[in-house]
Amino acid sequence: MKHTLSVLVENRPGALSRITGLFSGRGFNIESLAVAATLDPTLSHLTLVTTGDDFIIEQIIKQLNRLVDVYKVVDVSEGEYVSREMALVKVRAEDETRAEVLRMCDIFRCKVVDVSPKTYTVEVTGPQSKIQAVIELLKPLGIKEIARTGTIAMVREKKTV
Amino acid sequence: MAKMTGAKMVVEALKREGVDVVFGFPGGAIIDVYDALDREPSIRHVLVRHEQGATHAADGYARASGKTGVCLVTSGPGATNTVTGIATAYMDSVPMVVLSGQVPTKLIGNDAFQEVDIVGITRPCTKHNYLVKSVEELPRILKEAFYIAASGRPGPVLVDLPKDVQNAKAEFDYPDTPKLRSYNPVVEPHNRQIERAYRMIEKAKRPIIYVGGGVVIANAHEELRELAEGIHAPVTMTLMGLGAFPGTHELSLGMLGMHGTYCANMAMANSDLIVAVGARFDDRVTGKVDAFAPLAKIIHIDIDPTSIQKNVKVDVPIVGDCRRALQKLVGVMKKAGRPVEAWKDQHAAWWEQIRAWEKRHPLTYKEEPGVIKPQFVIEKLYEMTRGRAIITTEVGQNQMWTAQFYKFDRPRSLLSSGGLGTMGYGLPAAIGAQMAFPDRLVVDVAGDGSIQMNIQELATAMEQRLPVKVVILNNQHLGMVRQWQELFYDRRYAATVFGVTPDFVKVAEAYGAVGLRATKPEEVEGVLKQGLETDNLVIMEFMIAKEEGVFPMVPAGKATTEMLLV
Repeated sequence: MKHTLSVLVENRPGALSRITGLFSGRGFNIESLAVAATLDPTLSHLTLVTTGDDFIIEQIIKQLNRLVDVYKVVDVSEGEYVSREMALVKVRAEDETRAEVLRMCDIFRCKVVDVSPKTYTVEVTGPQSKIQAVIELLKPLGIKEIARTGTIAMVREKKTV
Repeated sequence: MAKMTGAKMVVEALKREGVDVVFGFPGGAIIDVYDALDREPSIRHVLVRHEQGATHAADGYARASGKTGVCLVTSGPGATNTVTGIATAYMDSVPMVVLSGQVPTKLIGNDAFQEVDIVGITRPCTKHNYLVKSVEELPRILKEAFYIAASGRPGPVLVDLPKDVQNAKAEFDYPDTPKLRSYNPVVEPHNRQIERAYRMIEKAKRPIIYVGGGVVIANAHEELRELAEGIHAPVTMTLMGLGAFPGTHELSLGMLGMHGTYCANMAMANSDLIVAVGARFDDRVTGKVDAFAPLAKIIHIDIDPTSIQKNVKVDVPIVGDCRRALQKLVGVMKKAGRPVEAWKDQHAAWWEQIRAWEKRHPLTYKEEPGVIKPQFVIEKLYEMTRGRAIITTEVGQNQMWTAQFYKFDRPRSLLSSGGLGTMGYGLPAAIGAQMAFPDRLVVDVAGDGSIQMNIQELATAMEQRLPVKVVILNNQHLGMVRQWQELFYDRRYAATVFGVTPDFVKVAEAYGAVGLRATKPEEVEGVLKQGLETDNLVIMEFMIAKEEGVFPMVPAGKATTEMLLV
């Protein structure tokens, strides 16, 4: 099963490599990884998507916690959470398809961030499934290049009355 | 505060951490620390002949004394030569700090002479490691390195010291306690889990206490004994746990696992409750995991949460220091106030079964006229040292015969590479142990294969005037691999027969040591007596039965009850 882990880690050289090394060294797979500093610049927030049964996920979380640089690990997919991914898609947009690309962008609330005589570069954000859907629909029009971030995720705040 | 160089800071930190001996080998990139160390009379330096020797010696020193072992090496090849020793210490949770020289910071990443990314190389086999970028952060890092190495589940920590950092000057502001917000090992076990564990013990009809190296590391042997005697339960130990509970105690079943006793393996397999303390259910212990102790509930005490539930399903996990956990468990046991007679009654049928297993297949070997049996050598060694020696071993058959036939009664008296199985460990480890305890008898039990992996350290022992005794069980083979080939590869002895073996008596003499040899059983005692009484480095070579095997043996991947017996 797919799990999304949120990891707070010291913002130091080697910290990320310790985490990825832990995965490769034990034969666990990382499906997606996104890292950036937090409000506290000495800490980085890392969102990591991996798959495994409960047994493997328990091991992964324990092993991550064992690293001296790791401050906190939460399996956000254990409860309600929001997740986002972003992609930049450079799509062919010549005379006959320029309008079609824009229509798609409108439907999916994507943003055109760059224009050239023959292409549009489109920014799309959302859950992974939406990004996948946009890509599938733009494919027939001719995608020249794609850049995708990994998933970032956050636990939902409990609603209060 | 006066400023000092990074090199001097290293020496100051060693002093403050109570380090009295450093094992190492100099080189260009660490010359400044050596220069500072040379002017510090309170710290002895042991010059080894190969950096791997330095790490094993520091490891042996640490295992024997319980203190942190320290090594000092140069950059590049000096640092890479430590990797095997670091991995050895990592697998067996040995506290160690490795200080390596590095090329100046401005050259890092430029493929400079003798440059290597040792922090990258050792990342998977250290508990933590550091590349020091500036002299200002050096005191903090050194404090953290020693703290991380020795606390929680101990392990090796590497600190890489660029040459310009060693030369630069700053104030030496050494913290009393490290500030590490991300590192807080859980030492105190949870009371409710302890209560749950006790209730489970109270109900068990066929309990067994399974002890690993964690008990030795935590100095929890007295508490362990109190528990075992209090509930009158059998105790079995891993290789790393030998000595944590007296091998001669009536409750001891000896070692379990691949080369464990028939009785210990049968008892584990048939138990209804396993109380695992500081042991990690290694594959050499469980055999085929699916068939491991099918009826048993498991209580698992370990300071490292990753060890719990890693290989087997656990019913009561207890994270914490083994000593604290056992103290608490014994506390609950005493409070319950159940007399030992009640426990004896409850486990009477279990003990009857255990004694029957013991009788059916005790540890033994076949004697052959005119041929020295290795087990006989170890038995005699045990008798003649009255079990008081610190024994180090190499890896292979020599190691297993020692584990089986030397009855370890005290913790920290067997130093052996358990997790990594490092050939060449024993001799340098013996040097480290002898440095820690100059007045004790230290014996390295070796094979003719293993001893050749770090034989150059004979010079180190001679130079330090260390009267280490080396017992070589010479079968002119790589015995353990040969045994596997004999059993599972139709006796095709691929690359396990030595075409040339040195004359070890002459090797000893070449280094200025004493060399003795026994070729017949009746010479064994005489050689041992003479060797043990000689106040010098001695190599005692025993020409043993060439095709002797280590039994019992659980073939890899089989259930532990499927033992091959003698």
